[in-house]
Amino acid sequence: MNENKIMEKIVEILHKNCKLSLEQVAAIAGTSTETAATVIDTLEKSGTIMGYGAVVNWEKLATRDKVTAYIELKVTPQRNNGFNRIAQQICQFKEVKSLNLMSGGYDFGVTVEGDSIRDISLFVSEHLAPMESVLSTATHFVLRRFKDDGIIFPMESEDDREVISL
Amino acid sequence: MSFNPESMLNSVVKDIPPSGIRKFFDIAAEMKDAISLGVGEPDFVTPWHIRDMGIHSLQKGQTHYTSNKGLKELRQEISNYLKRRFNLTYDALTQSIVTVGGSEAIDLLFRAVIEPGDEVIIPEPSFVCYSPLTRLAGGVPVPLNTKAENNFKITAEELAAAITPKTKVLVLPYPNNPTGGIMTREDLEGIAEVIRKSNILILSDEIYAELTYGRQHCSIAEIDGMYERTVLVSGFSKSYAMTGWRLGYACGHPAIISEMTKVHQYGIMSAPTTAQYAAVEALKNGDADIEAMRDEYDGRRRLIVGGFNAIGLDCFEPEGAFYAFPCIKSTGLSSNDFCEKLLYSKKVAVVPGNAFGASGEGHIRCSYAYSLDSINEALNRIEAFVKENK
Repeated sequence: MNENKIMEKIVEILHKNCKLSLEQVAAIAGTSTETAATVIDTLEKSGTIMGYGAVVNWEKLATRDKVTAYIELKVTPQRNNGFNRIAQQICQFKEVKSLNLMSGGYDFGVTVEGDSIRDISLFVSEHLAPMESVLSTATHFVLRRFKDDGIIFPMESEDDREVISL
Repeated sequence: MSFNPESMLNSVVKDIPPSGIRKFFDIAAEMKDAISLGVGEPDFVTPWHIRDMGIHSLQKGQTHYTSNKGLKELRQEISNYLKRRFNLTYDALTQSIVTVGGSEAIDLLFRAVIEPGDEVIIPEPSFVCYSPLTRLAGGVPVPLNTKAENNFKITAEELAAAITPKTKVLVLPYPNNPTGGIMTREDLEGIAEVIRKSNILILSDEIYAELTYGRQHCSIAEIDGMYERTVLVSGFSKSYAMTGWRLGYACGHPAIISEMTKVHQYGIMSAPTTAQYAAVEALKNGDADIEAMRDEYDGRRRLIVGGFNAIGLDCFEPEGAFYAFPCIKSTGLSSNDFCEKLLYSKKVAVVPGNAFGASGEGHIRCSYAYSLDSINEALNRIEAFVKENK
């Protein structure tokens, strides 16, 4: 396996399960522990791997009741800067969980999280909509999450195979 | 006169033991909270586009029998597939039959060719159906014990020694369940050399052909002079994660396939129609699914083999299927005792190697058709168990 292939493999393995030990990652990728360590180091330093987090089904956490909204944003791009400057500004808000420049009927897709619908409404009306370049917003509240980052919520059904079959 | 159901039973059937080691399997079946590495089927669900095509066929009302040999379209796709993947040429109309799983195809072949007293050479350890099906067809199973030091391949010498004037069929169960052993082209050349001097039919069970790691599967039908004397049996269960659909097939000489079709048409009529439509989709658009699943198995395979060797249970590198077959002789326990104790004390279910033939004694079969978390947890518990039993 060439270096790039191993790198891709290791990213895929960690993306699925970052709790694996270095030895396990190396075994699954089919490389030595030393190589795996070097590759992971490179991936971290280059910013390809930006962090390690758990995949959480927040609905299961009783103490936390968050509301998520998806906002379609139309903006005026700026001369010489395009959409970059306004994007950087929007990213600064802690309420903003993801931001993507889109093709089609609007410019930015913004995922926003807050404690309540009112919270998010206030954020949109007082912070997002008044921004200089923003032309319009359309806010859609998430009612229920079914699949996120390739993972189906709640987890797919239990293993219903027999305990032993030959 | 009082009726005695026992007196009605056929003596051959009565003599056949139930598959596996009954006592152990009964205990395992009750332990629902055990971590199991005991299952011989993929953990993946059938890819959605394949399931969707099955549903679509039902919506369209395709709920009738198909022709006895199976949908023409499916048989054509099977021919295309075998050409594309393994360079084998079969005429869709005369050289293939769609069956209820690979197992039915094996049963059909035995019933179509075996005369009373004919011998069938069965390499062991291997899947458990060959010997009982041989006996039900009136034949005599002749086990050929493969060895760990040969990576559980059969050798030309061993084969030559097992052949008698009564030998009718050689079973070639590779890639192998339970050992994960494979036969390379060179290995098969050696076998072909022996077979050429005989009048023996080969049943090549290639159900795991898509699950080989590091090298492409080679069918003995590809080897010079072997095509016409080989019946290739395969199916959709392992490669497309379609075990519950119950669909397999056999390809071979028209004279043999047409006799197998007779047995099939009276006993089965035709394989399940919904499954056949789904299988057409699998063959047309499923190559990428196979690759993704194989890739996933491959990572787990390296993890589990490395894990067993680190624990001190010698495990040769399986190059096919989804099983590791580590040796447990260092613990001083028999396969049965090892599995029973492990199940009781650590709640891990694995299969004693001798369930697959006497030569599997001293080994356990561990499937890696499980999530990485299950495999890791099972390895941890097995490690603790091995330490306690030293």
